[in-house]
Amino acid sequence: MRKVYPDAKAALDGLVFDGMTVMSGGFGLCGIPENLILGLRESGVKGLTVISNNAGVDDFGLGLLLWTKQIKKMVSSYVGENKEFERQYLSGELELEFNPQGTLAERIRAGGAGIPAFFTATGVGTLVAEGKEVREFNGRKYVMETGLVADLAIVKAWKADEAGNLVFRKTARNFNPMMATAGKTTVVEVEEIVPTGSLEPDQIHTPGIYVDRIVKSTFEKRIEQRTVRKRETA
Amino acid sequence: MPWTRDQLAERAAKELRDGFYVNLGIGIPTLVANYIPKGMTVTLQSENGMLGMGPFPYEGDEDADLINAGKQTITELPESVYFSSADSFAMIRGGHIDLSILGAMEVAENGDIANWMIPGKLVKGMGGAMDLVAGVKRVVVVMEHANKHGQSKVLKRCTLPLTGAGVVNRIVTDLAVFDVKPNGGGLELIELAPGVTLDEVAAKTEAAFTVSETLKTLA
Repeated sequence: MRKVYPDAKAALDGLVFDGMTVMSGGFGLCGIPENLILGLRESGVKGLTVISNNAGVDDFGLGLLLWTKQIKKMVSSYVGENKEFERQYLSGELELEFNPQGTLAERIRAGGAGIPAFFTATGVGTLVAEGKEVREFNGRKYVMETGLVADLAIVKAWKADEAGNLVFRKTARNFNPMMATAGKTTVVEVEEIVPTGSLEPDQIHTPGIYVDRIVKSTFEKRIEQRTVRKRETA
Repeated sequence: MPWTRDQLAERAAKELRDGFYVNLGIGIPTLVANYIPKGMTVTLQSENGMLGMGPFPYEGDEDADLINAGKQTITELPESVYFSSADSFAMIRGGHIDLSILGAMEVAENGDIANWMIPGKLVKGMGGAMDLVAGVKRVVVVMEHANKHGQSKVLKRCTLPLTGAGVVNRIVTDLAVFDVKPNGGGLELIELAPGVTLDEVAAKTEAAFTVSETLKTLA
């Protein structure tokens, strides 16, 4: 079975339908599947539930799908960088489920690992725990959170081989490895596809079993907060 | 004189200990990294997936794949390591991080903290803050004593939705330092900013507090 597809459009072909749930990797704009997000926009799919730590910015990343009103609901931990998001949410056009970032990461990890629920101390005594089972273990209270899966996971990695084994780069890893495990179908875009056998087996971050389709893309890799220090003068 | 933002960060840096793994929040807590005492080894964790966070890059060396939790470009150090968000929060929730220094909108005398939303107004989200306050061994809040309306941010009870209940160990404001005593023991004033009086702190603090024996002797 060939996993390599020629472009984002081909890689998403036959996978999208209205009302579907999509996981989208990245932290802020770092390590986001830029071209697969554009592919979703071009597909015209509507009523999406998108599980992603953030919602992009107004004109990049998932923000693009907000402008086109393709997103019905977001499951995120932080959306403070996106004015259009705030406007749609406060006017009631967009549903939002806030998850603590670690709870979100663990829900995705659990979903991919076939674990339907787990208990965590995060959020006990806050709005996050309302309506959820709270149980005491060893004298401390924990809230039950459920595992998450999605119809489609779109992921960004640095390199893939033709078998779908993935390597990520620096902090662009973030939510991508867990999301790769939790999609019924997982599509990955990478900067480079190398021949199978050329990645060191001990250094692979995500095994190809989780990866259904791979596409090589070019990336803008926009920087959200460019911070620098002055060079010392000699 | 109340502490300035930088002096507040310098005071907060006194919470660091040699060998600590530390997570710094956004804002004044980020500045604490500038005041790590020479000779002390402190490893900074960034919850987006890095241990051993280095300083900002030189101009031209920015790497879009290397950012901190505030989405700022940073650099790596010889001891740096990268990992997934699940691994990052396993460190945080599993109690492996020694200290979390973070900002707050409100803190209460029972150790409650609110710093993630204002209903109907501000919609940003909690990010990793709920995980940090629930999972890290020691939680120190660094913030201005009063909000922009001049009202006390150190309260009897938080009015905003909580980030965590009974989780704060110490509060460092521009006026004073308080310990949150365990098991609902309330606040104890342990330090005053230079030139700030006990009367001033009492007048500007809504929460009830006791005064430490050491501070009584000094005053």
